[in-house]
Amino acid sequence: MTVTDVPKIISSRFDDPVGHTLAGYEATGGYLALRQALGMSPAAVHDEVKTASLLGRGGAGFPAGVKWGLTPADVWPRYLVVNGDESEPGTYKDRLLMERDPHQLIEGVLLACYAVGCGQAFLYVRGEMAFAQERLAVALNEAYAAGYVGKSILGSDFSVDVVLTWGAGAYIVGEETALIESLEGNRGMPRLKPPFFPAAKGLYLQPTIVNNVETLANLPWIITNGGEAFAAMGAEGSKGTRIFAVSGHVRTPGVFEVEYGVTTFRDLIYAPVYAGGIRGDHTLKAFIPGGASAPWFFEEHLDLPLEKVAVDRAGSMLGSGAVVVMDETTDAVKACLRIVRFFARESCGKCTPCREGTTWLENILQRIYDGYGRPSDLDLLLDVSDNISPGIAWPPKQTTICPLGPSAVSPIASALTRFRPEFEAAILRAEEARLSVSVDLPKASARA
Amino acid sequence: MARLTPDNVTVAREIIGRYPRPKSALIQLLHLAQQQDGRVTDEAMSQIAEMVGVTSAEVLGTASFYEMFKFEPVGRYMVNICTNISCLLLGGEELLHHAEHRLGIVPGQTTADGLFTIEDVECIAACTEAPCLQVNYRYFHQITHDQFDELVDDLKAGRRDDIPPHGTLARVRQHIPADRRAGAVTPEDTDVPVWMTAPEEAQA
Repeated sequence: MTVTDVPKIISSRFDDPVGHTLAGYEATGGYLALRQALGMSPAAVHDEVKTASLLGRGGAGFPAGVKWGLTPADVWPRYLVVNGDESEPGTYKDRLLMERDPHQLIEGVLLACYAVGCGQAFLYVRGEMAFAQERLAVALNEAYAAGYVGKSILGSDFSVDVVLTWGAGAYIVGEETALIESLEGNRGMPRLKPPFFPAAKGLYLQPTIVNNVETLANLPWIITNGGEAFAAMGAEGSKGTRIFAVSGHVRTPGVFEVEYGVTTFRDLIYAPVYAGGIRGDHTLKAFIPGGASAPWFFEEHLDLPLEKVAVDRAGSMLGSGAVVVMDETTDAVKACLRIVRFFARESCGKCTPCREGTTWLENILQRIYDGYGRPSDLDLLLDVSDNISPGIAWPPKQTTICPLGPSAVSPIASALTRFRPEFEAAILRAEEARLSVSVDLPKASARA
Repeated sequence: MARLTPDNVTVAREIIGRYPRPKSALIQLLHLAQQQDGRVTDEAMSQIAEMVGVTSAEVLGTASFYEMFKFEPVGRYMVNICTNISCLLLGGEELLHHAEHRLGIVPGQTTADGLFTIEDVECIAACTEAPCLQVNYRYFHQITHDQFDELVDDLKAGRRDDIPPHGTLARVRQHIPADRRAGAVTPEDTDVPVWMTAPEEAQA
């Protein structure tokens, strides 16, 4: 088991009782990166982030420095939108970054605006996160008063307002174009790409950078310590550190910042300093490696490193850094149903294959679970899945505008491939129940 | 009730002023209306429509997309119990059933005394603390059935003044002082930002 000794880049103030205050932040090196950056050219700040090879931490894992460079030259104004709409089931890191170290995020926002030339920034926090909204409001008020945000920042010619915005309960708004729609005061429905790539046509159809909270929280460290120091940690395609939340059937569930690309799933799930292994005397059945949208992994995947390319190649994704562990007591049909139900509830309704498909997937799984399943249902599940994500392959193809629909296919493909006998047994129980109906009225909803 | 109070109109105008386009403030103003009345009323939506320059139908069109906005009266305490995957694995569904029995209602319903509404919600980002719930969007971690009963008793007896009535999210709002304000940047402001114009001189 390898637990590497790297500095905590973004969670260093999580246990500091005053880390969220301006005084606490300044006392631990806060806003030094901003001062340093103001003495550099915006292009030099951008270069430092490119050198760091910082991958976006929202789910897709696109390099932040490259994303910044996609804005068309000489089109102004540009906007920065901070995606703090953390809602992927199992994911639990942006909320902590906002609650426990709000100034680090604000400084990251300022560095990004300075480098890219964004005239205004919008910090979109999930509606349900009242405490994070409160901490960020206090921090922004402090930062404005101290001259770190707003007009003529620290006496320079760099000026930018950071506007705190609350969401109102919609998972799909975590998708960047849906987030932009929401910020324009609309229903949070994704836009078609192309032409609406945010870097070219985003908020108010202006060039817009949408970055995840964790991505931006890395920037102060990168500027202070240099992109090369950041890139020295981790593996070839995945630099630095990353926060993973490990939940489910483990002894010590928690949120851990680990070296990216080097640490393995086995380390994360079994190391005593991390999740401490499967609870009690139980054994691993399956685990979700990167949020509910990710295909499931099993025992044979434990030694994979937490590295984007390796995990992609193995048929899943690190996504939003959420590892959900299921032991052998887990009912695969029920777990699959619950995740599919989530996507059915959260489908925005814009694309037919997703709106209708996820609803039918839920209905079919529900009837299997309830004891009304039909032998043809398993093929039907795959057929509906194929309409949403042709070929049911990885990486997924899609007949929809955004990846929400294909995400509902992931748990079905995983569970049906691996645990098909469980589904068949559930259907068989239903068959038996129907056969005996004239003899002894069974409770159709009862489950053995 | 229903239309925004003069104080809230002032808050609303300050919020609108932060955005390049007034309609961008829509969701924030709906939250403000819900904070005032515990739900979003038709009158508030008409008023918001006037303030941001759209129709009432457009306001409802946006508002109805978002789970948190309530158009009918709900309990003083919105009890949101997570049953998504991490909580499901550790008793979230059992906790929901316990809550249903304890309060005598199913998700979406409100108790006769108007105190509690239950919702069966999706992941609320406290997965390592399963099973978890929120009361008016305040977290409660690793809740046992006994702890749930205690919480209900405390709320009934008015012993939890740390939990404001439904509709109030953050109790501190952002305030941008006039002398520190950089100002909203509209799509019509097509000038190159000052700090982007002379990077070489800054370096030299």
